[in-house]
Amino acid sequence: MAGFEKQLSAPLSKGIAEEVMEGDDEAFDGAPMGNEEMFSNGGDIDDPRHTPISTLGKAGASGGGELMDVEAYASLYTGRTKVVRLLFIAKRCGNEAMQLEALRMAHDEIKKGEDTRLYHEVTTRIGDRLGPQYALDQTWADIVDRRAEHRKEKLENEFNSYKTNMIKESIRMGYNDIADFYYAQGELGDAFKNYVRTRDYCTTSKHIIQMCLNVILVSIELEQFMHVSNYVSKAEQTPEQLDPIMNSKLRCAAGLAYLETKKYKLAARKFLETGIELGNNYTDVIAPQDVAIYGGLCALASFDRTELKNKVIDNINFSNFLELVPEVRELINDFYASHYASCLEYLENLKPNLLLDIHLHDHIEMLYTEIRHKAIIQYTLPFISVELHTMAGAFKTSVAGLEKELEALITENKIQARIDSHNKILYARHADQRNATFQRVLQTGVEFERDVRAMLLRANLIKHESIMKSTRKL
Amino acid sequence: MESVEVLVAHIQGLSRSPDEVSHLHSLLKQSEDALRSHASRLAPFLSQLDPSIHTLGYLFLLEAYSSGSISGEEASGFLLTVVEFINSCSAEQIQLAPEKFISVCKSFKDQVMQLGVPMQGIAPLWMAVRKLQTSTEQLTTLHSDYLLLCLLAKCYKAGLSILDDDIFEVDHPRDHFLYCYYGGMINIGLKRFEKALACLHNVVTAPMTTLNAICVEAYKKYILVSLILNGQVPSFPKYTSSAAHRNLKNYTQPYVDLANFYASGKFSELEACIQTNQEKFLSDSNLGLVKQVLSSLYKRNIQRLTQTYLTLSLQDIANVAQLNNPKEAEMHVLQMIQDGEIFATINQKDGMVSFHEDPEQYKSCRMTEHIDFSIQRLMALSKKLSSLDDNLSCDPQYLSKVGKERQKFDFDEFDSVSHKFM
Repeated sequence: MAGFEKQLSAPLSKGIAEEVMEGDDEAFDGAPMGNEEMFSNGGDIDDPRHTPISTLGKAGASGGGELMDVEAYASLYTGRTKVVRLLFIAKRCGNEAMQLEALRMAHDEIKKGEDTRLYHEVTTRIGDRLGPQYALDQTWADIVDRRAEHRKEKLENEFNSYKTNMIKESIRMGYNDIADFYYAQGELGDAFKNYVRTRDYCTTSKHIIQMCLNVILVSIELEQFMHVSNYVSKAEQTPEQLDPIMNSKLRCAAGLAYLETKKYKLAARKFLETGIELGNNYTDVIAPQDVAIYGGLCALASFDRTELKNKVIDNINFSNFLELVPEVRELINDFYASHYASCLEYLENLKPNLLLDIHLHDHIEMLYTEIRHKAIIQYTLPFISVELHTMAGAFKTSVAGLEKELEALITENKIQARIDSHNKILYARHADQRNATFQRVLQTGVEFERDVRAMLLRANLIKHESIMKSTRKL
Repeated sequence: MESVEVLVAHIQGLSRSPDEVSHLHSLLKQSEDALRSHASRLAPFLSQLDPSIHTLGYLFLLEAYSSGSISGEEASGFLLTVVEFINSCSAEQIQLAPEKFISVCKSFKDQVMQLGVPMQGIAPLWMAVRKLQTSTEQLTTLHSDYLLLCLLAKCYKAGLSILDDDIFEVDHPRDHFLYCYYGGMINIGLKRFEKALACLHNVVTAPMTTLNAICVEAYKKYILVSLILNGQVPSFPKYTSSAAHRNLKNYTQPYVDLANFYASGKFSELEACIQTNQEKFLSDSNLGLVKQVLSSLYKRNIQRLTQTYLTLSLQDIANVAQLNNPKEAEMHVLQMIQDGEIFATINQKDGMVSFHEDPEQYKSCRMTEHIDFSIQRLMALSKKLSSLDDNLSCDPQYLSKVGKERQKFDFDEFDSVSHKFM
C-alpha cells in the first residue's frame, strides 16, 4: 500500500487528486501484478473535447488516470458476466499486457465452468502467448462435452417422466434444470426459451420471481432489454411483498434496461432508488460500484439542479454507493458547486476505464457531451455578460473552440445570449416579450386568413365536383 | 340573307324591356345555325346595331361572325369591333348568354396573340371580366385568359387588380387551375413571394382525381418559391388529393433533389446539382428562379448568424457563408441591409458587422391601423365561414347522410336529426 501511494504522489501535481487516490477503495488498488502501469498526468491536460474514439487504442495513455486493475475489477463479478466482461476488456483495451491478463483470467474462469465454445474462443485469442498451460486442451474440452451429453440425456429422460406424471411442480423444476444446463453450456437462446416455459407452471409468487430473475439474467446477456423491462414489471406486480434485496435487484435490472435504451433520466431514477442492501448479492449482473457510476453519470447528464440536490447529493442511501467510487462523488459535488474545471477533469480521468465497461461504453460520448453542455449552460445562467477568456479558462479550452460550442448551444436555443465576436464577450439576451407577441399575433392573423381563404375555395371546388361528377374532363 | 335582315329588325325592335329581351333571346337561339352559315358576311350588319342597347343581338351576331375564320385584313377590324362592343355593352344582357360572351372574348384573345400584340388586349379583357362577373368573388373563364395576356405582355401590375380579389366561387375547376398558376407566375414576376406561394399552394392542393400537367408545373415552381421564401419545402397537408400526394414527386425529381441539396446548406453541392440539371431547368423556363434559389442560400446562412452574434468580423461571415473573401461578404450584407432583410451596421475600419434588433416597436399609429384593419378583415372572414357552416347544416343532402349514420335505436337521447330526413 505504501509503495503504491509513493508511486502516485511523485507524478501527480494536483493536491485534490492525491487525496482522492489515497482514499481509494478496494476496487482500484491491489498488489501490483506487474501489469499495472502508471502514466504520469503531466502538466497540461489534453483538450477535454479531444475525441476519445482515437484514444480507444491507447486507453489510459491520453493523460488520464491510472490503468484499470483487471484482477480487482474482475473480482467484483461472478458467473458468466465475469467472463464476458473480461473478454470485452481484452478486445477493447490496446495494451498487450492488460489484454493477456484479462484473457488469462477469463481462461481460468471458463475452465471452472462447462462452456466449451467460450473455451475455444479464449484459447484461440490467447494463441500461444501465455505458454503451454494456456493452450487449447482438447482432452478437457472433450471430457466436458461428453459429460454434457450425458447430463442432457439424463435431464431429458427425467423431464419426460415428469411430463407423464403431470405434476406441475416437477415439470417446472424440470424446465428450470434444463434451462440452467443450457445456460451453463452457453446456449443462451435455449436457456431463455426454457425459463419462459416455466412460467405456466409457477404456483407461488416465489416461483414467479425466480423465473423473472432468471429471464432477466439471460436477457441482459443477450442484450434484449425489452424483455428485461417486461419481466421486471412482471416481478414487481406479484402480490407478495418483495424483500429489499429482491427489490434492489429489480431496480438495478430496470435501470440497466433504461440505460441501454438511452432513457438516461429514468435510468438515473432507478439506480438512485436501489437500496444499499444490494451489496454483493447481484454480482452476476452488476457490482455496487457500477450502480454508483451509472446512477451518478446519468443523473448528472439528465437532472436539473434541484433534482440533483434532492435525489443525489442529499440522498443518504445513494451516498453509501458513492463511498465506493469517491471520484464520482467528488465530481458531482464539483458540478453542483460550479467547479467545472475539476469536474471535467475527473470525467476525463474516468473515461478510459469506463470505455471498457460492457454496458456503458457506447453511452459515454452522449453522457459526457450532455454533462459538458449542462456545465456551460449553468455557467452562463447567472450573468448578464461573460468574458469569453475567463470562461475558456474555467473550462480549460480555447476561446475559438468555446465560441463554436456556444454558437451551437445558442442555435439550439439552450442559451439565451448573443456573442460579441469583436470583443469576445457573451451578452445575455432576453427576448422582448411584447414585440414577440405582436409579431406572433400578426403572423397568426396572416396564416389564418390564408388558410381559411384556401379552404373556402376548396370547399367550393368540391361542391362543383360533386355536382358535375364523373362527366367532367379536365 | 333575308333571315339575317329579319333578325336584325327583330333585334332593333325588341331590345327595350326585359320581357322583350327574353323573347328576343329565344328567337336568337332558334336562328343560331342560320347565323353561323352566314358567318363571313355578317360584318356590315353589325354596324346597323348599337352595342349598348342591342347588346344581346349584337352578341349573337358577333359570336357567329367570330366562329367563322377571320382573314388577316379583317382581323384588325374585328379587334376594333370587339373592343368597342366590350366597352359599351350592357352587363345584364350579357348575363343571359354568358357562354357566347366567353367564346367571343376567347376568339378575341386568340386573334390578339396571333397578331402578337397582347398589350392591346389587356384593357378590353379587363373590362370584359368585370362585366361578366356577378360578384367580385366569382371566378370566370376569362380570368385566366386575362392573366395570360398580362404575362405575355409583361404587364404584371395590370394583373394585380384582378389578383387581389379573393375568389370564393368557381364555376369550372379547370379555370381555377390555370388562374392560380398564372397568378402565381405574375406574383413571382412582381417578387411577391408569399402571395405566389399561396396561389401555387392552391393549385397543388386542389381536389382532383387525376394529376394534370398544370399541377406538375405548378409544383415545380412551388418548390423553388418555398425554398427562396422559407428555406424548406413543406410536406403535403392532409387535404391534398391522393393523386397529387402519390405522383407529384415522380414527375419533379430534379427539383426534389435541388431541395435536398439546399437543405444540406452546402453551396458547392447545390451548384453542382444545378449544373447537372441545367437543361431540364431551362426547358421548364425555371432557370431564373433557380438562380434566385442559389443566392437565397447565402442570405439564409447570413440570417442565421444574426440570431447568434452581436458583432462578427467580415472574415468569419465569409467563412460561415462559404464566400470567397470578406469583400464579397460585405457586398452581400450591404445588399441585405438595403433590402431590409437584416438590421445591421458595417464598421469598415475594424472589418466588423454589428447586428441589431428589429427596430419596430409596434407603437406607431401606422401599426395600430394595420392591426385594426387586419382584425376587421378577419372578423368578416370568420363571419363568412360561420354562415357557410350554417348553410351546410341545413342542406338536406347533408342531413340525410348524418341521419343515416347515427344510431337508430337511441330513443332516449335527444334527436338531433329529424326523422323526416332519414
